[in-house]
Amino acid sequence: MRSDRIFNWILRGLALTVLLGFVLLVWFLWNEALPALRSAGLGFIWSTGWDPVSGDFGALPFLWGTLVSSILALMLSAPISIGAALFLTDIAPKSIRTPIAFLIEMLAAIPSVVYGIWGIFVLAPFVREHVHPLLNGWLGFTPFFEGPPFGLGMLTAAMVLAVMITPTITAVCREVFRSVPDLLREAATGIGATRWETIRLAVIRPSISGIFAAMILGLGRALGETMAVTMVIGNRPEISLSLFKPAATMASVIANEYAEAQGDSHLSALAAIGLVLLVVSSLVNFGARWIIERTESKTHV
Amino acid sequence: MQKVSTAVIAAENISAWYGSNRAVIDISLGVNPGEVLALIGPSGCGKSTFLRCLNRMHEEIDHTRSEGRVLYKGEDIYSDDVDPVAVRSCIGMVFQKANPFPTMSVAENVAAGLRLRGGFSRSEIESRVEGALRKAALWEEVKNKLRAPGTSLSGGQQQRLCIARALAVQPEILLMDEPTSALDPISTGRIEELMTELKKSVTIIIVTHNMQQAARISDQTAFFLMGKLVEHGNTEQIFNSPTREETENYISGRFG
Amino acid sequence: MSKADAPRLPRIQRRRHFKSLMANAVIMTLAGFAILPLILVFSYIARSGFPALNLDFFYKLPAPAGETGGGMGNAILGSVAMVIMSGVMSIPPGLLCGLYVAEFSHQKLARLLRFVIDLMTGVPSIVIGLFAYAMLVVPLGGFSAWAGSAALGIIMMPIVSRTTEEILRLIPDQLRESGLALGLPRWKVLLRLIMRAGRSAIATGVFLAVARASGETAPLLFTSFNNQYWSKSLSEPIASLPVQIYTYAISPYEEWHRLAWAGSLILVTVVFAINLLSRLLLKRTSN
Repeated sequence: MRSDRIFNWILRGLALTVLLGFVLLVWFLWNEALPALRSAGLGFIWSTGWDPVSGDFGALPFLWGTLVSSILALMLSAPISIGAALFLTDIAPKSIRTPIAFLIEMLAAIPSVVYGIWGIFVLAPFVREHVHPLLNGWLGFTPFFEGPPFGLGMLTAAMVLAVMITPTITAVCREVFRSVPDLLREAATGIGATRWETIRLAVIRPSISGIFAAMILGLGRALGETMAVTMVIGNRPEISLSLFKPAATMASVIANEYAEAQGDSHLSALAAIGLVLLVVSSLVNFGARWIIERTESKTHV
Repeated sequence: MQKVSTAVIAAENISAWYGSNRAVIDISLGVNPGEVLALIGPSGCGKSTFLRCLNRMHEEIDHTRSEGRVLYKGEDIYSDDVDPVAVRSCIGMVFQKANPFPTMSVAENVAAGLRLRGGFSRSEIESRVEGALRKAALWEEVKNKLRAPGTSLSGGQQQRLCIARALAVQPEILLMDEPTSALDPISTGRIEELMTELKKSVTIIIVTHNMQQAARISDQTAFFLMGKLVEHGNTEQIFNSPTREETENYISGRFG
Repeated sequence: MSKADAPRLPRIQRRRHFKSLMANAVIMTLAGFAILPLILVFSYIARSGFPALNLDFFYKLPAPAGETGGGMGNAILGSVAMVIMSGVMSIPPGLLCGLYVAEFSHQKLARLLRFVIDLMTGVPSIVIGLFAYAMLVVPLGGFSAWAGSAALGIIMMPIVSRTTEEILRLIPDQLRESGLALGLPRWKVLLRLIMRAGRSAIATGVFLAVARASGETAPLLFTSFNNQYWSKSLSEPIASLPVQIYTYAISPYEEWHRLAWAGSLILVTVVFAINLLSRLLLKRTSN
């Protein structure tokens, strides 16, 4: 029918516009980043100095900050999320599963900036007054826990991030555990497994790659997270092993400096950081999705 | 009627509920060692639920409960000091659909129950795995792929693998819940052959919707209807001269 | 003599049961840790936000630094305006993209679109801000409500599209066939029958996208920027609730911190309300 053909053309036009828009996004970013990349080359990623006033642009401290804060957040969040998902699929009474799942999902609804203000006024003082004395007191001789108690810093940022990615990892793990057929749980129980042994044999073991994918998705969320991190990480482009030292991430430096950036080279360097961030988070997201699709096709054979 | 004293496992006045729905009503039934008991009846008659009461699998479903006693060698498996986990390792179960653990190899699947119980040396486990696979008539087919995933086997082989997994812990009783309903006729035949072989060492209680199968393999047959035990006796007698009208109607295919 | 030859049931293996109980306890504790932050965050926001909340907050301009009183009237209005504008820009194309991807998946272009929309949902929002800056702020000669709305719209569009797609895939084929069998053109079947059949679930997705946009801060920092006054046109910098909360939270003034908490309370309440309402809507229609 004629009208159908017109409708189809409208949809195609829209699709092309969206595709074009995305290409434009990447191209703009590339274009803006080009001067910085050209003048510094690959050294842009490996050099550690960041001083906009003297025109020194090295992105390594931000890469470091992003990766360390995200991985730390993942280490904090993964056990909690996997535990929460197991609770929701195998331990909790049926009647409280949905309400609890809803509460955990609500964590994802809280805006980033609200986590930020909570981080500044509640979590950072807590880290300064309780966590720092404890860890610094016992383990202060290691490079990981040395330094004065600022409150703001890598550890605080990772803690806020951990809270923020918990709903993502929990939700994906829950789906993975739910997709394990009850037949397997019965198989384990039927050969005389305790509750925990059933969970281990019939739920966790078949879900390993799904759990892994959930963690990667959580990592992807953490990498691009901006506001909450910007507000609690301390924003100093330094590479330190200590979790109590302030740091900065790729997203936080853009948030802090872009609106007030002076001069083209500064803008270009920030755009280049944005480009790196885009590439890294897209790769991570697609890695996770690839794992999920691969395991889905495997378990359905 | 069965004499309770000779039965290796005997249910006494077992009732079972799903929520408020009573699926099994006051059933008493026992099996002598080395015999095969078939439970038949139309779907929804409570035969599978009754079977699951015999190794305390019924209680694993939410909102279920049961009443009555099940005597295993004279000991009530529902008494307070009995561990349901121990019960299930003495009274093995095979399910409708083959359910090998997908992340485990053939050998690991068979060894799973032994590993859980612990205390077996590596060589003991190996010989038990081989023994169980031989008993399940699977050894010749899988001895060269013990390390392949359990799910790589064919449907009939997977079901025999599950039988081997249940046999590895050397249970005295094997409960089978429609074990061939998802299989083709050839695989079904092999499992039936296997059962006649197995009953030398284990007592088997099998739920089946296939009356020919019940007639072929069982020594005793019990007919269930709407949660109640209608008739129980020698298989030959049940199929040739049932005493109850409902049994005759069902066996002659007038309903079900 | 091996265990299975024992005449009776084997003894309880207390070690295994103890391990199982411990594992249960650990799992429950971990689940508790997952919910704990929600309680902590919400209770702090309520405790610090309520005292700072009064009628002034909703319609007055921010007070200059050092003075008490004032409100976030301009930021609230700015947020509402930008969310509405971004919704107008992104929801219709989002719905159509979802429809195209779900219903025309045999076309190569539709599969490509699906890939790109997947990519877009993973793009960090700050990067979308960079894009809107380059596309709109630079050509228009300054920060504006337009640029901020566009950035929010780019974030919403893929969310709307993804939910629409997921919902439409759940609608049984019989509905499509019965519509086509009536002799209706395909576009009418899709828009009138299929979209309508999934409308409440799709509406949920749209609401969630709106909730997400209401709380976004990063892409607004250098698109709509901020404004201490009422904006007179959409081509000026405009205040928004999240950016205002951010600015006040990192400021050194006690009074501004109070207002930031009040703003957070409003923002969280709105976002929770949208989430709850859309879920209730979905539940009511699916029953």
